[in-house]
Amino acid sequence: MIKVTDLHKKFGELHVLQGINEHIDEGEVVVIIGPSGSGKSTFLRCLNLLEYPTGGEIIFEGTSITDKNNDINMQRQKMGMVFQQFNLFPHMTVMENITLSPMKVKKISKEKAEKIALDLLRRIGLEDKAYSYPNQLSGGQKQRIAIVRALAMSPDVMLFDEPTSALDPEMVGEVLDVMKKLAADGMTMVVVTHEMGFAKEVGSRVLFMDEGKIVEKGTPIELFNSPKHPRTQDFLRKVLY
Amino acid sequence: MDLEFIIKYHNYFINGTLITLLVSFFGVIFGVILGVFLSLMKLSKNSILRIFAASYIELVRGTPLLVQLFLVYYGVPMVIPLPFSRLSLGVIAVSLNSAAYVAEIIRAGIQSIDKGQMEAARSLGMPHNMAMRYIIIPQAFKNILPALANEFIVLIKESAIISVVGIHDLMYNADTLRGITFKPFSPLIYATLIYFFITFTLSKLIGIAERRLRAGD
Repeated sequence: MIKVTDLHKKFGELHVLQGINEHIDEGEVVVIIGPSGSGKSTFLRCLNLLEYPTGGEIIFEGTSITDKNNDINMQRQKMGMVFQQFNLFPHMTVMENITLSPMKVKKISKEKAEKIALDLLRRIGLEDKAYSYPNQLSGGQKQRIAIVRALAMSPDVMLFDEPTSALDPEMVGEVLDVMKKLAADGMTMVVVTHEMGFAKEVGSRVLFMDEGKIVEKGTPIELFNSPKHPRTQDFLRKVLY
Repeated sequence: MDLEFIIKYHNYFINGTLITLLVSFFGVIFGVILGVFLSLMKLSKNSILRIFAASYIELVRGTPLLVQLFLVYYGVPMVIPLPFSRLSLGVIAVSLNSAAYVAEIIRAGIQSIDKGQMEAARSLGMPHNMAMRYIIIPQAFKNILPALANEFIVLIKESAIISVVGIHDLMYNADTLRGITFKPFSPLIYATLIYFFITFTLSKLIGIAERRLRAGD
């Protein structure tokens, strides 16, 4: 579904991604872990071109999105993204947040867009918040709404950029539950996270990144129980005390 | 400060005040419309648009309004052969001047919006212009409303300069009364009071509105 070949990204002198090769298949839940500054968020943001790579190629559903003539807006409709800081639109109600893009980008009628939104909100138990504003919601509720907003575009893949890092500890669970349900429904997901428990339980594959490279990859069992690379061992020792 | 004076000549003050408010109001309205385009040009990726907007803003902010007024008053009818009224030329001069200041207010407002907002909009498939229209500009406007209202106050004061080309605003009428009555002081005192009453009231209203807006966040 997503094929990444020799991906490079430089911020000035800083070489953040140093040749990433990766193939993500349909239905996979790929979890990316690694120390901060390892380039895992940059890698994720390159997948929908929020960061433009300085080298390499990304092919999504058969189209080269790094091609200069490609209109990325077409693929972004198929790639949902969830951010660490939620990024809900504060001047709009939950309903407007969710229906804006389906209506304006996909030209779906208001009635249909609202029906989709309500169905999704019901699934996460927040249909009573449809006409609230983001500032009336808790962090966990905001992030669940942000997930629903991305889902309303019916994407083929969901990208998660540290979705629980900005949450109070007691709200992490409700967001992870929504993500687990999504994974169980067969959604293709790429998740950058520090939640090792989630990686172990839900991940079909785990990538360990360090210094702009994928140092090691494998199933959660392989990677967590018998890491081969010394840097992976060192990282896991620090996070799994 | 006799009452008789104000009773006899109140029409001069009322009409003058209306003209002052009219010029300032349309100055801000057209200033905002032009200012939106100027600010978007200044934030644009196209370097020609960016340089044009930046030069315009610097030029207007770096020269006296009086000079700009004369340039418009004599220049516009030469370039565009239409029967412009004095008043419309005054409004044009004030608008062109205001646009530069408003553009900077709007630019600052747009840049104050967290970049995550643009990223979220783009990640949902919205093209850049659509994201600006539905996500960035509405939020920026809410943030800059107090500054825009303040620009209106500034124009009420600064617009007194249009009296020099014979537009019958509050300042011009006060000066006319000075000539009619041979009283140099009374008309100016009344004009001062009217200017101050309008600007002071407005700035208090803005203060209240600002607190309300902040409470909504």
